[in-house]
Amino acid sequence: MHPAPSVILFTTLSGLGFGLLTFLGLGYPGVTGWVAFVFYAIAYALAVGGLLASTFHLGRPERALKAFSQWRSSWLSREGLCAVAALLIMGLFAIGAIFLERDWRLLGLLGAGLSLATVFTTSMIYTQLKTIPRWNMALTPVVFLSFSISGGALLAGQESLSIWLLLAAGTVQLAYWAKGDKAFAASGTTIKTATGLGGEGTVRAFEPPHTGSNYLLREFVYVVGRKHAQKLRVIALLLGFGLPIVFLVLPVESSLVKHLMAAFAVLSHMVGAAVSRWLFFAQAEHVVGLYYGKR
Amino acid sequence: MTELPASTNRKMGLVIDLDTCVGCHACVISCKGWNTENYGAPLSDQDAYGADPSGTFLNRVHSFEVQPAATPSQPDPAAQLIHFPKSCLHCEDAPCVTVCPTGASYKRVEDGIVLVNEDNCIGCGLCAWSCPYGARELDLAEGVMKKCTLCVDRIYNENLPEVDRVPSCVRTCPAGARHFGDLGDPESQVSQLVAERGGVDLMPEMGTKPVNKYLPPRPKDQLDEQIDVLAPLLAPVTQGPGGFLGWLDKALDKLPGHASGQSSGGST
Repeated sequence: MHPAPSVILFTTLSGLGFGLLTFLGLGYPGVTGWVAFVFYAIAYALAVGGLLASTFHLGRPERALKAFSQWRSSWLSREGLCAVAALLIMGLFAIGAIFLERDWRLLGLLGAGLSLATVFTTSMIYTQLKTIPRWNMALTPVVFLSFSISGGALLAGQESLSIWLLLAAGTVQLAYWAKGDKAFAASGTTIKTATGLGGEGTVRAFEPPHTGSNYLLREFVYVVGRKHAQKLRVIALLLGFGLPIVFLVLPVESSLVKHLMAAFAVLSHMVGAAVSRWLFFAQAEHVVGLYYGKR
Repeated sequence: MTELPASTNRKMGLVIDLDTCVGCHACVISCKGWNTENYGAPLSDQDAYGADPSGTFLNRVHSFEVQPAATPSQPDPAAQLIHFPKSCLHCEDAPCVTVCPTGASYKRVEDGIVLVNEDNCIGCGLCAWSCPYGARELDLAEGVMKKCTLCVDRIYNENLPEVDRVPSCVRTCPAGARHFGDLGDPESQVSQLVAERGGVDLMPEMGTKPVNKYLPPRPKDQLDEQIDVLAPLLAPVTQGPGGFLGWLDKALDKLPGHASGQSSGGST
């Protein structure tokens, strides 16, 4: 699949933003006043920034509001509704925390649930697609949720908890890659099922329909950079999980250095998560490639 | 609503005969011609006369090489070239419809045709992602999703002569490889054709239940023995030179030194 920068930015940033909102809603940290303002500003910048980036890949962004109507069948529609609901509820909760020094517990819990629901619905947009076996796995939502929760814990300053969550997310990532590498073969879809040809013999794509490229090839048959996949996986693991854990466990005395270390951990995790998300798209093979003899 | 209808009154669709298709691409051109001027936004091209031309098409013809497996009677079977037109299969369980966030994609209850209401399409592309067949293409000029309409503006069009009230690709096919009809009616001509020729679904494991069917190519005729009357006349006249020329050839070969690339007798 073509790794569109807007979609990678969207899923990475908004995943982190909604992860942070989840922890703020749960009351970890239970901040008020100016400190709360900074936390919510970061969370909203990430979540809303990600959502805005996602509209850049639309052919007709001016009609985006229509996407809220089909929640009964469409995961994309459900995601939009969950995101707006989470941002509104957490907005109210934030007003209480920042300006009124209030902790409206019920609202916070609801907001945290909706934030996680947003990440889950995002992951289901990809998971539901049978056409892309590497995404059509139960592990896909686990990857999205574990990234969002561990990144959220990191941003929320939950140091000891985030070490364990980062370890868990890194393990999920490894399992996802291991299973994903076998997914296309396991799906049973081949050039023979695609064409109904061949019987006991072999089928080969002989000539494409056009000498030039087309929308399908540009969108679904993206092979640039796949040869670096293994290296990029190591980079994603090191930056996304290894380095942040090192930054967190380093024994530091001064609070300034501690904050600096936390900032490094967050930045490193964000870059690692973005690399992992790039691989998520670039390595995903759509079955339509079979008609072109490509993967 | 982008929920699929529980059932449709008819299942209009195409039957494509892979035995007959000659790969002329006339259906591709007539489809592009009709659909760029009629239903919805035109099918745009990008860089049409430049170095990297591409464009939106609702129907494309692939070509596949099939190498039959060797059998005791056919130890060395010849490969077959199969031309393979592909457009929307108007699936009963169309994933492209249910993923649509705006309700722009829908399947009609009256005839099962899958259509896009372009005024509601936001061009998110998710329906194209969900289609295993590559039947949907986002038009880069218009920013909306385009797909085969089964020429919904022809098949019911009383302004056209009755013979033209079929999809443009069917009307234009010079080989008669494309058939149009109601695949939900077991008595229809297309249903009987599918039953008779063993029509197949593409990627049945995807669970999309396509309405369009493909008729597999018939096995090629196998000749039992050589019946080419000209064959004896085409047999090689000499295997190698005999007589004086043969002696000369051998004698020259025995001489020291490297023989030039083309030996005069051609016997080696």
